[in-house]
Amino acid sequence: MNRSTIDIWVGIFVVAGIGALLFLALKVGNLATFSNTQTYQVHAKFANIGGLKVRAPVKSAGVVVGRVAEIRFDNESYEAIVTVNLDAGYQFPRDTTAKILTSGILGEQYVGLEAGGDGVMLKHGDRLRLTQSAVVLENLISQFLFNKAAETKAPETKESTQ
Amino acid sequence: MAFFHKIADEARGRLEHLGGNVTAVVWRLGFASRFLAYMFMHSGTALRRFRLTMAEIYFTGVLSLVIILVSGLFVGMVLALQGYETLQRFGASESLGVLVALSLVRELGPVVAGLLFASRAGSAITAEIGLMKATEQLSAMEMMAVDPVARVVAPRFWGGVISMPLLAALFSGMGIFGGYLVGVQLIGVDPGAFWSQMQAAVDVRSDIFNGVIKSVVFGVAVSWIAVFEGFDAVPTAEGVSRATTRTVVTSSLAILALDFVLTALMFTGGNGG
Repeated sequence: MNRSTIDIWVGIFVVAGIGALLFLALKVGNLATFSNTQTYQVHAKFANIGGLKVRAPVKSAGVVVGRVAEIRFDNESYEAIVTVNLDAGYQFPRDTTAKILTSGILGEQYVGLEAGGDGVMLKHGDRLRLTQSAVVLENLISQFLFNKAAETKAPETKESTQ
Repeated sequence: MAFFHKIADEARGRLEHLGGNVTAVVWRLGFASRFLAYMFMHSGTALRRFRLTMAEIYFTGVLSLVIILVSGLFVGMVLALQGYETLQRFGASESLGVLVALSLVRELGPVVAGLLFASRAGSAITAEIGLMKATEQLSAMEMMAVDPVARVVAPRFWGGVISMPLLAALFSGMGIFGGYLVGVQLIGVDPGAFWSQMQAAVDVRSDIFNGVIKSVVFGVAVSWIAVFEGFDAVPTAEGVSRATTRTVVTSSLAILALDFVLTALMFTGGNGG
């Protein structure tokens, strides 16, 4: 085998291999969309976070504006403290509401931000005061059943009193 | 009394046999480790005269390209077909890209490319070195004061270690392309959803980088086993053929076992996900 032929083929092989790695990193992975952009952190307390996970998206009006960075349990208030990294390009008023929502019926859970009307913007380390917890299916069903029971009971009591 | 003596002798023979086997395995492991350490210390030639290693990259990498690319394409296409059948039942056929990409990048790419690499290149390395030993070429080199480990073994080892991650990446890339062909072009999944869901789910550090680490580990394991079996082969026609078989069997088992260990280390106890 000729020397230069080997060199050319090895060169092609290495270029193709590195090209495949770049394809995986850029086209398949999310390196291009989430490179080291500037972020700022805000915290929010939730009574229940449902199935929220670290790295879940933070969306406002459906646009991804950040990621969940950390989830902790607060020993004093018995609530969950969720820390989110927001893209520095997006500014939100201080009275923004944070909700834990689900995309679709069986989809993943994410944090939804709804902008308020305050003129002062959120800074690094601020806390979101207005939060709404995740909807837990069991709580919802039991609430529904209680309401049903109350409804069917109410007419009966009326009849008995009449 | 004679009866009891017979039983005692028999038991003693069995135990000796067992002990001998265990000692042989431990000795071989130790020899293989010493061999690896010796090779690392004498890798200077292979890395300084890089052309030697380059020729081995040609034999192990470039000549394995066809089988790697074709199998990658078909594995991706089958994944897309099978995955679509299942996902479509839950109305989640848009997640096809995620399924294909994650299974290829995390598992199938490194593992199947490693198995193919072991049978295509590993066996060839063992046969070559074993035959060199059988025809006393290695002894001839030693006579000429050329270290056969530095001149013959180390370039093949490093050639394999360099080729393997590139082959695994090509396998994964080709598989995702195959999945795209079947999923988007043949079945008709929306291409936008296919790529965007894939990009949202595949993480560069925890998925792609871990896959690359796996393929590097498999490359070291397979190349090590291949050169060691070749160097340690009984220098006869039968010995070389046995060593070649052992290379394929041991490397395949090593790849699957290492894959379990690496997966357990990488993907469990992660960031709550």
